[in-house]
Amino acid sequence: MSDLTVKFKIRRQNPEVPGKDKPYWQEFTLTGVDPTDRVLEMLHRIKWEQDGTLSLRRSCAHGVCGSDAMRINGVNALACKVLVQDVGNEIMVEPILGLPVIKDLIVDMEPFFEHYRSVMPYFITNDPKPADGRERLQTQDDKDKFDDTTKCILCACCTTSCPSYWANGKYVGPAAIVQAHRFIFDTRDHGTQERLNILAEENGVWRCRTIYNCTPACPREIQVTKAIGEVKLAIQRGKREGIVRVVHAHQH
Amino acid sequence: MQMHQHEVIIVGAGGAGLMAALYASEGGADVAVVSKLYPTRSHTGAAQGGIGAALGNIDEDKPIYHAYDTIKGGDYLTDQNAAKVLAEEAIDAVIELEHYGLPFDRTPEMRISQRRFGGHTRNFGEELVHRACHAADRTGHMILQTLYQQCIKKKVNFFDEFQVVDLIVNDGKTAGVVAVDLASGEFHIFHGKAVLFATGGWGRCWSVTSNAHSLTGDGAAIALRRGVPMQDMEFFQFHPTGIYRMGILITEGVRGEGGVLLNDKGERFMEKYAPSVKDLASRDVVSRAIYDEVANGRGINGKSYVYLDIRPKTVNHYFEQEGSDKRIDDNYVESKLPDILDFCRTYLGVDPVKEPMPVQPTAHYAMGGIPTNVKAEVVIDENWTVMPGLYAAGETACVSAHGANRLGTNSLVDLVVFGRRGGMEMAKYVKGVDWTPLPEDAGKEVEAEFKRIRDGKGNAKPYELRDAMQKTMNDFVGVYRTDETMKKAVDELKKLRERYYNDISIDDQGYKFNTDLMEAWELGCMLQLAEVTAQSALLRTESRGAHSRDDFPDRDDESWMVHTLVYQTGGEQESDYRVTAEKPVDLSLWDEEKAEGLPEDKQKFRPKKRVY
Repeated sequence: MSDLTVKFKIRRQNPEVPGKDKPYWQEFTLTGVDPTDRVLEMLHRIKWEQDGTLSLRRSCAHGVCGSDAMRINGVNALACKVLVQDVGNEIMVEPILGLPVIKDLIVDMEPFFEHYRSVMPYFITNDPKPADGRERLQTQDDKDKFDDTTKCILCACCTTSCPSYWANGKYVGPAAIVQAHRFIFDTRDHGTQERLNILAEENGVWRCRTIYNCTPACPREIQVTKAIGEVKLAIQRGKREGIVRVVHAHQH
Repeated sequence: MQMHQHEVIIVGAGGAGLMAALYASEGGADVAVVSKLYPTRSHTGAAQGGIGAALGNIDEDKPIYHAYDTIKGGDYLTDQNAAKVLAEEAIDAVIELEHYGLPFDRTPEMRISQRRFGGHTRNFGEELVHRACHAADRTGHMILQTLYQQCIKKKVNFFDEFQVVDLIVNDGKTAGVVAVDLASGEFHIFHGKAVLFATGGWGRCWSVTSNAHSLTGDGAAIALRRGVPMQDMEFFQFHPTGIYRMGILITEGVRGEGGVLLNDKGERFMEKYAPSVKDLASRDVVSRAIYDEVANGRGINGKSYVYLDIRPKTVNHYFEQEGSDKRIDDNYVESKLPDILDFCRTYLGVDPVKEPMPVQPTAHYAMGGIPTNVKAEVVIDENWTVMPGLYAAGETACVSAHGANRLGTNSLVDLVVFGRRGGMEMAKYVKGVDWTPLPEDAGKEVEAEFKRIRDGKGNAKPYELRDAMQKTMNDFVGVYRTDETMKKAVDELKKLRERYYNDISIDDQGYKFNTDLMEAWELGCMLQLAEVTAQSALLRTESRGAHSRDDFPDRDDESWMVHTLVYQTGGEQESDYRVTAEKPVDLSLWDEEKAEGLPEDKQKFRPKKRVY
């Protein structure tokens, strides 16, 4: 067990320190590493044992909060969901691409959240609340039509893996479309047409060229490209009905 | 220092904070939510199994049953008025979440689906009830997302990645908070008429925990430093099923769906400890059972864990043995518990539909915290004296609906019910009061404390002290405690605090996103909370709920139907603590039964020995 030596190469940048204000690479070596250690734990060890200036975001440490999206050996992932044994003992870590770097692995998330907010990511209904004071009714099948996209944790792994987004930061990006999908296909929601109109504009879904980077990047295993395709279809057909087929068995 | 002025300042953007923000805004107040994380990063999002509400969508249920279970689960330290509010308003709160669009799973009748959960029963303990309303095993995630979405819709003001580091009090009245803008490192003053702390728990005081790195008890420690006592700190819940060594939570929903705990001999050992509800006894009971199995050499391969088994083969075997017609298959497990399967496959390489999961108790939830009344107003003594303008809700608060041990799902209930109440109360409060002026030196003290940490030239790195604290808490203030171990803990924690104030240094001298500095400051919060936990635990010479003492193994209702309150005396660095046990438990439901003339054996809410 705990006896691996792992070399880290980390893309760093610190605007406050002359000479380090441009991106540069720094190497760190860790010993006593277990193959099942998470990359996040290793970054913590570097920060705590070797260099406290190393800066990153993190919180839950088990893949549900979405704080620690980064590029690990060239692939977007959450550092807390990648184990050393998944990536080998030479590990390269960079900030996610397409958002301005503030310091080390911390990027400015505001452009990302701005796109998110632009798609009306909230429940809209014109129906009065049920007269009996209880819940609205929905079948499990109807709920399952958008179940996959409810899993999104807004980590930005998908959007910042997308070459179309890298090329044009005005594109709303996969995450915003996933969030829109969650409401577009919810039978209880009445904002579908407005959202489809927003996403039909020039920086909406048609910027997606089905490059497919987003789907494997998603730490929640959301079928991102498929969701984007379903939104495209809904725009073409002008309605949400008849597009999503519910698959019951969850495959792995 | 930059200044901001908002009538209502909400600290923390998890479920309680967002619920309060929605309701304070709806009540017409000008609201700011100040949070050290982006709201969707909050740990409410990690809650898995469900939110309890007596909807009765699957079997008959009533709020009074929910209140009864909550009180019994709390080992009768629960304030009965708070449990009543929690259970009654849970229904409205869950319906409201659905109206906000929350994608609950559905029954064949298209209603919100419900599952069984530990300690939740029908008709005062008669049988387990389906009460936990769920969205797969990511119910907390859906609550957090839904509330944040509604806040966006209502254009609530957010100050994301602003970490609150002090409470401003003037002449006993709340005047605002001081926060660090993490991106710039600058201090900001938020002048407010009302402040609500919704900063969550402090599980990071222990080494094996289900809690996020950010759960460092900032709000509670700040309140303690500003004269607010901490209530019932000795009660910290160890969830029975954390992933071995990592502490990552495996929801009780696994057992709600039929999963069982097995020891090294393959025995379903909960049959011994809780013959009636077995694996779905309350969490304190199950955690002690696992601890006892391990202590008696029946951990798997002699190690400190047991198996949690949700393999359909195993589950169906026990369904059959119990005479149930229900059967499950692999697809059922995949659809009901997708995240749990993902955690196990990712972190353990274990596939729970084929192999059992290795689990051990993990530090999970603070029953204690900032004392409040049922209006979410902070109270500062045993006479329920309110501190004007200060509110708290969610895990950081102690209302005390959970008493000595919280039931599963009730944390989510707590934060929507009391977050909502806090929001409504603040909206009313700020209409009727003037601004409390800011003291001239507002923010100076905490600014000096940050300078001290930044300039420290000592030998110890904060992480070394933090590791030592976490180990001390795990070893000495864990599932079982004794006078001796807790005294050791207090001594050790005092030494660590001494070193924290006199012998640390950090590496990062910058201002932008100085996480080195912020982590060091957070350690100061945790050291205080760890010590008051140990001190409160030492004082309580009985075993009740999550507080189990080898040297006082029995519950002692004669002496201990009281909440502890611990106050900081003296300054922060040389501080000592004064613990009192004078705040009686609210027994209003029992009092009503007595007033009705019910004979003793018919009194449901009379404290009695817990049997599961």
